[in-house]
Amino acid sequence: MIEFQKVSFGYEKNRPVLRDLSFRIERGEAVGLIGANGAGKSTVMKLLLGLLWGEGRILVDGLEVRRDTLPEIRRKLGFVLQNSDDQMFMPTVYEDMIFAPLNYMLSREEAEARVDAVLERLGLQDLKHRYNHKISGGEKRMAAIATILAMEPEAILMDEPSSALDPYNRRVVIRTIRELSQTKLISSHDLDMILDTCQRVILLSDGHIAADGPAEQLLRDRALLEANRLELPLSLMGRSQRSY
Amino acid sequence: MNKMHSALRELAEMDELAVRVSPIHALHPAAKLIATVAYILVTLSFDKYDLSGLVPMLLWPILLFALSGIQVRSCFYKLRIVLPLVMAVGLFNPFLDRTIILRMGTLTVSGGVISMLTLMLKGVYCLMASFLLMATTPIDNLCAALRQLHVPKMLVTLLLLTYRYIGVMTGELAVMTDAYHLRAPGQKGIHISAWGSFLGQLLLRSMDRAQELYASMLLRGYHQHFHYADIKPFRGRDALYLLGCLLFFFLLRSVRLAQLLGGLLVR
Ligand SMILES: Nc1ncnc2c1ncn2[C@@H]1O[C@H](COP(=O)(O)OP(=O)(O)O)[C@@H](O)[C@H]1O
Ligand SMILES: [Mg+2]
Repeated sequence: MIEFQKVSFGYEKNRPVLRDLSFRIERGEAVGLIGANGAGKSTVMKLLLGLLWGEGRILVDGLEVRRDTLPEIRRKLGFVLQNSDDQMFMPTVYEDMIFAPLNYMLSREEAEARVDAVLERLGLQDLKHRYNHKISGGEKRMAAIATILAMEPEAILMDEPSSALDPYNRRVVIRTIRELSQTKLISSHDLDMILDTCQRVILLSDGHIAADGPAEQLLRDRALLEANRLELPLSLMGRSQRSY
Repeated sequence: MNKMHSALRELAEMDELAVRVSPIHALHPAAKLIATVAYILVTLSFDKYDLSGLVPMLLWPILLFALSGIQVRSCFYKLRIVLPLVMAVGLFNPFLDRTIILRMGTLTVSGGVISMLTLMLKGVYCLMASFLLMATTPIDNLCAALRQLHVPKMLVTLLLLTYRYIGVMTGELAVMTDAYHLRAPGQKGIHISAWGSFLGQLLLRSMDRAQELYASMLLRGYHQHFHYADIKPFRGRDALYLLGCLLFFFLLRSVRLAQLLGGLLVR
């Protein structure tokens, strides 16, 4: 479904952020993209969406990411931004959710039916006609996810979906992610969340892949994680073992 | 609370005004847009000494306020930051232009005072007209109307982004002033020595965020067509409204309502 072939990228000359990155994600997989702050997680997602252009080849569903294929590719990918305030730009949740379906030429009735179905599935009917600037951070994150689901994408990309959420809302978001059947690529340094939502993990460090394997196995490897400025998930370590 | 936070909230409330239900809200955005532009042009075309001709132009905004249910108070409240700026434009006229044009007993009025008043009125009228347009028409519908009138795509997208960008910028400004004041307790405003870096930061931060916001639009299929804006076709009553407005402006401009009334009283 998603394939990087020797992709390199740098925001500035002589300062590569990603070097010869290659990996492949199959349809239906749930993959966690982990790494410390600045490891390049967001950059990987932006390259995939054609918001940045680097060297090498990126394929989505067999289609190379190029300017002429971009509309088709973007239609297959739903991207949940790290900051939901930037994601939601229409006055109300409903208008935000219906924005993409209408742009993709659905009739207003079809689009509305789709919005209602998503809201019902996520149990968010109450949010429908609320104003975006009057809902809480947790509600806004859920609304942003709903907005993306209303596009019916084949794969969902999420950039730090649990960031800036309180424990309750974090659990709600995790539960929602687990129930999505699409291909998922989730970036985070919240390894507990990754453990709960992904079967496979790609560990980014210094612009290359430091490890790629089953989440259960990689997230238990204390030495590997600490070498890459990450920590064991809390659920996999006793409190007393924590060292500062 | 930080002044910026409340400015931001008010701005968002423009959207809430714009989705209300009233005969004016129900009109086609293109009809409202053209009427507003015509009103502004007619207002600006009055001579700088023609105070008596300008005063009756107030009738149109009053009518719109009444029909749309938008409160005059909310207009002046939201515009309180820009109004003084507009009013200040003519402030020097009384000193520059001292020719006497009106004499009432011992009281004399110079041309400068009259032209100051007309300038102020023109400014306030134009602001009120623009406010009424924005308060009765969602921005996306307005953009859709502009496209129907064959305004270039790029310009329309620019307008849409500017509108959203103002929100983003005030948001960043609010966060930054908060951060500044936490480290400069007791200080009023921002010290002049910090203005340069403050403005630079503000620009960079809001540009970053505006970019994310635009990306979010693109990723959801925005292609400078406004299919998603819910506008009804242009109907008979829209044409009627537009023609009515244009005729009304024409009358106000040519017939000199004030002089007519004045003439009646004197005779
Ligand atoms: N717009 C930008 N201009 C220059 N450098 C950037 C920009 N965005 C990110 N970077 C740099 O690229 C690197 C990777 O950033 P990013 O992909 O955002 O990391 P992550 O999402 O893993 O925290 C960081 O070193 C960051 O400083
Ligand atoms: Mg990031």
